[in-house]
Amino acid sequence: MTEVKDIIKEENLVYSKSKVLTDKVMHYCPGCSHGVVHKLVAEVIEELGIQDKTIGVSPVGCSVLAYNYLSIDWQQAAHGRAPALATAAARLMPDKYVFTYQGDGDLASIGTAEIIHACNRGENIVVIFINNAIYGMTGGQMAPTTIEGMPTSTSPYGRDVKLAGYPLKITELVAQLPATNFVTRQSVHTPGAVRKCKKAILKAFENIGQKKGTQFIEVVSTCNSGWKLTPVKSNEWMVENMFPVYPIGDIKG
Amino acid sequence: MAEYRLMKGNEVIAEAAIRCGCDGYFGYPITPQSEIMETLMMRKPWEDTGMVVLQAESEVAAINMVYGGASCGKKVMTSSSSPGISLKQEGITYIAGAELPCLIVNVVRGGPGLGTIQPAQSDYFQSTKGGGHGDYRLIVLAPASVQEMNDFVELGFELAFKYRNPAMILSDGVIGQMMEKVELSDVKPRWTDEEIKKISGSWATTGKTPDRDYHVVTSLELDSAKQEIFNHKLIEKYKTIEENEVRYELINCDDAEYIFVAYGSSSRICQKAVEIARSKGIKVGLLRPITLFPYPTKVIQSMLGKVKGFLAVEMSAGQMVEDVRLAVCGKVPVEHYGRLGGMIPTPNEVVKALEEKIIKG
Repeated sequence: MTEVKDIIKEENLVYSKSKVLTDKVMHYCPGCSHGVVHKLVAEVIEELGIQDKTIGVSPVGCSVLAYNYLSIDWQQAAHGRAPALATAAARLMPDKYVFTYQGDGDLASIGTAEIIHACNRGENIVVIFINNAIYGMTGGQMAPTTIEGMPTSTSPYGRDVKLAGYPLKITELVAQLPATNFVTRQSVHTPGAVRKCKKAILKAFENIGQKKGTQFIEVVSTCNSGWKLTPVKSNEWMVENMFPVYPIGDIKG
Repeated sequence: MAEYRLMKGNEVIAEAAIRCGCDGYFGYPITPQSEIMETLMMRKPWEDTGMVVLQAESEVAAINMVYGGASCGKKVMTSSSSPGISLKQEGITYIAGAELPCLIVNVVRGGPGLGTIQPAQSDYFQSTKGGGHGDYRLIVLAPASVQEMNDFVELGFELAFKYRNPAMILSDGVIGQMMEKVELSDVKPRWTDEEIKKISGSWATTGKTPDRDYHVVTSLELDSAKQEIFNHKLIEKYKTIEENEVRYELINCDDAEYIFVAYGSSSRICQKAVEIARSKGIKVGLLRPITLFPYPTKVIQSMLGKVKGFLAVEMSAGQMVEDVRLAVCGKVPVEHYGRLGGMIPTPNEVVKALEEKIIKG
């Protein structure tokens, strides 16, 4: 009988972990979308052969520690300011691939000025925007993207738009700006979605290689811990409740 | 050949930045320092040295651009005036926490709040005691002339890179706006990638090449024990700066019984006050701190025994005077004289204050 170890050979490999990913165990909750998106970014960097040219800017939020998981140079920004750091890095080192990785509180609340203006200047950067409609790191508070009626720790009776305003569709907003080049909304809840999302990330990195300007990828994501749902239920809840508000697909470019 | 020009303090900051090989300036307009960015935009250094000049959407964005640029090992700077510097404190503390070099210019105006656009020295505490959150210090240089506005740009960068610490030029509306003859610095090219690798190659985010581990510029440490070790490392660095980088000027101090302590534009006023007082037979000298952090504490202490009293003259409600008092430790009288809200003291007022507050005291 053939032993499993006999099958594990270089020539039989159809998939392996990206060399751009480190061996550190991720701190993300099981079921969280961050791990998948990190993997996709790492794979794209490896496939494009740009590990030595890529600078990541991590946010404040759950993905503040993104720098533990991707073996590239990183800058860790103050809350919401990642696009400002990336602006300088991209302008001072125009041969590099600079990207920000930001959550919804970071990008769409405290960092609205920085993201709008970086996009409006058409900075040659990739923005990966994780929208899980909640503040994960601080324990499940209402985010700018929290959908109407959704309960969080600071909207325990559900988001009341009369009190807290409407969920902010910042991706549609930045798509309006003439200097954004590629604006898309993706998800990673099914194998098909993961493949499409990777394709979008690949396209975005290729585009900044060709100096096409700002690339903006929203990934509608789950936060099962913050949402108090199982990973499977989170995916179902996201499809049912978030996709109508945040429809998946390319918006521009 | 030395090149002389008649220039405004603000204009010369821009000129000096280009000449010292600065890689990037990120700013936001605010009176009384807007000439810095205006001069840069007029000069278009990107066509010449390749220096990046960008008008940011806010002071917050500008300082965070500096954070991003400094992380790449580049010589980057920003400038603003008091209300704008308050907005920059978030970025400044991150830069200090991440141990990055950069230059920040504050052309101070009166406050609090929107205050006035006229000159003041009321940001001393903010500049020398921290300003933002957490235990950190800036290296603070106080120019008293347009020439020093020129000279301190290069010196600021030099010290910032030497200690991997943000440096600040603490100027004010007088020095920023006035015109004086200035000898411009020689033009130096911007650092090449190889030079940056040599200077900052152990930490800068220039891309992870196969010959090294990847670099992370961060001020985050979730392990308290490690954070405490890091805090101690910073304290040691500040002590080294205090030991090695104190700069000051003494004018007529040799036989002085009384000392004016004043920096920046106040020190210029005090120079005249020294002349007036001496013509009246009062033996007074001037101690001009050039570095406000590190402060010339030991110089003040070395005067004890000879000096009967100190008058700190500053355009504030009494900020630097606290450092004079800490140095003097109650051994002789220390008083403060200042004008506020954009008002500037006259030399005669200063002499009168010395007579009334210290001599008659």
